[in-house]
Amino acid sequence: MTSRPALALLAAFACLLGAGTPGLAVAQTPIGETISSGVVEPLPIAVPAFSGDARGAEIAQVITGNLERSGLFKPIDAGAYPERNLDIGVQPMFDGWKSINAQALVNGQVTVEGDGRLRVDFRLWDIFSGEQLLGLQFTSTPENWRRVAHKISDAVYERLTGEKGYFDSRVVFVAESGPRKDRIKRLMIMDQDGANPSSLTDGSYIVMTPRFSANSQEITYMALRPTGSSIYLFNIETARQETLGKFPGMVFAPRFSPDGNRVGFSVERGGNSDIWVMNLTTRSQTRLTTDPGIDTSPSFSPDGSRIVFNSDRGGSPQLYVMGSDGSGARRISRGGGLYTTPVWSPTGDFIAFTKQQGGMFHIGVMRPDGSDERILTTSYLDEGPTWAPNGRVLMFFRETQGGAPRLWTVDITGRILRPAPYQGSGSDPAWSPLLN
Amino acid sequence: MSFDAKSAVRLALILCATASMAACASKPKPEPGGPGTTPPGPGSGYKPGPSTGPVDSRPIPGSVQDFVINIGDFVYFDLDQYEIRSDAMGVLDAQAAWLSRYPGVQIRIEGNCDERGTREYNLALGARRANAVRDYLVARGVSASRISTLSWGKERPIDPGTGEEAWARNRNGHTVIVSGAR
Repeated sequence: MTSRPALALLAAFACLLGAGTPGLAVAQTPIGETISSGVVEPLPIAVPAFSGDARGAEIAQVITGNLERSGLFKPIDAGAYPERNLDIGVQPMFDGWKSINAQALVNGQVTVEGDGRLRVDFRLWDIFSGEQLLGLQFTSTPENWRRVAHKISDAVYERLTGEKGYFDSRVVFVAESGPRKDRIKRLMIMDQDGANPSSLTDGSYIVMTPRFSANSQEITYMALRPTGSSIYLFNIETARQETLGKFPGMVFAPRFSPDGNRVGFSVERGGNSDIWVMNLTTRSQTRLTTDPGIDTSPSFSPDGSRIVFNSDRGGSPQLYVMGSDGSGARRISRGGGLYTTPVWSPTGDFIAFTKQQGGMFHIGVMRPDGSDERILTTSYLDEGPTWAPNGRVLMFFRETQGGAPRLWTVDITGRILRPAPYQGSGSDPAWSPLLN
Repeated sequence: MSFDAKSAVRLALILCATASMAACASKPKPEPGGPGTTPPGPGSGYKPGPSTGPVDSRPIPGSVQDFVINIGDFVYFDLDQYEIRSDAMGVLDAQAAWLSRYPGVQIRIEGNCDERGTREYNLALGARRANAVRDYLVARGVSASRISTLSWGKERPIDPGTGEEAWARNRNGHTVIVSGAR
């Protein structure tokens, strides 16, 4: 696909991810040295303010922020740019951009059309070869300008890394306030870059563990009141909400099947928690586990054929995989320590989890057969990973001792660890699929 | 002592002294070094005598306070365990006896966990603890129909601290009176 030096570094990154990215000819590029040195330098990129409309500078800012936070790009300070207000119809001055060591350049133009719609044209350039790597046009309502910027970010990310982007997406999470003994928990939604935070519940009852459907703007979450627990289905676009129904004991840990037609969850009876699945069309329920241990946190494989879950049937909390009909449960976690909160990646190649060992908490990933375990984070309390739609980045929450929880992100190499761009206190993040 | 408080005491004394002294039933609170320490003079009408004794307070038998103070509403669990500890049995035996004395009382057993676990697993563990308490009370003769259970997981710590001591307190079964108390 490409062998340009500017892109080889990112090809190497893709290889480190162990993604085996199809279409990216990593073998043709001189990546051996990069991998053996174990360091992936972020790619220097320039994103000057788009021309044509005042919105152009903000769009460039959103793109710059996305690329920078991914850890794979190093945006160059705008003060160093050799030219400004670039004309989208004219080739950039490659020599000038080379002189500031830019390896890629994104330029664009914003036009307000006669009907009031916003049109954004942009081009992505390889500075060293002078080749145009992308030339795309997006049209939408003016209010959608941030989403246009996210779509451009996704296009640039995909073209340069060979991986799908994840920027045009949202995150639901639980905003926490008040004292530890009586925390107020509200369900919130925001763009993945922290913009547009908005409350979905009023905090009058505890909410936990929201999860997105993989193919709709629907979430499922658990509510906990002194009278009992409930699982809700909530449509973000219509605000329509319904419960899964009444259960005799606790119900918790809901998660959609990949086709969005079923929800797997835990039902507790007489102190014993087992995994059930409900068909959302027929409302029929099937019990998948029957042993006396705790069985919870079911998460489907992307093809829907298997479920990874958490069980202490063997004496301590560990991860197991079974058929989605409940057959053939088999333990996959093999390292020392306690494993909980398994989540199958949307690309199918990894299972993320929380691990407790030696008094510390970790976020980690392993292959679905339990091999290749990688510990990505370590702290007093790290919990609850959720996958970005491209399966390459995880969001989770971290709580310092006695402190309030905050949202963090880490990539699957563990090298790019940082607080998520949301300033408030939050836990239980759930990343949406890419928006349409 | 603030100026206002001082003047109030002084004013009270003046009123007592100048108006109807015998009718001034309540003694002004003595203030060390202040005007209130001056003993009432002869003819003030004050008759020294023995104290009328302390006023005792205790919870109304059968009330929520009676249960919480005299019986105990919490029992504690070991790390990642849900077996009733021997030190909890006495409390639960007393709970069962109290509940048999007040058969109209309905209770909810709430299971709680420390923060050193993940949310969903802790919900399941809290449910185990709540049911362990429930089963114990049922075995001691409390009708199962009087008991509901709930797990808060790690959502409602009773101790906001973050050390071993706080975690130990937060691993509990909490017997909450829902209705029927006097």
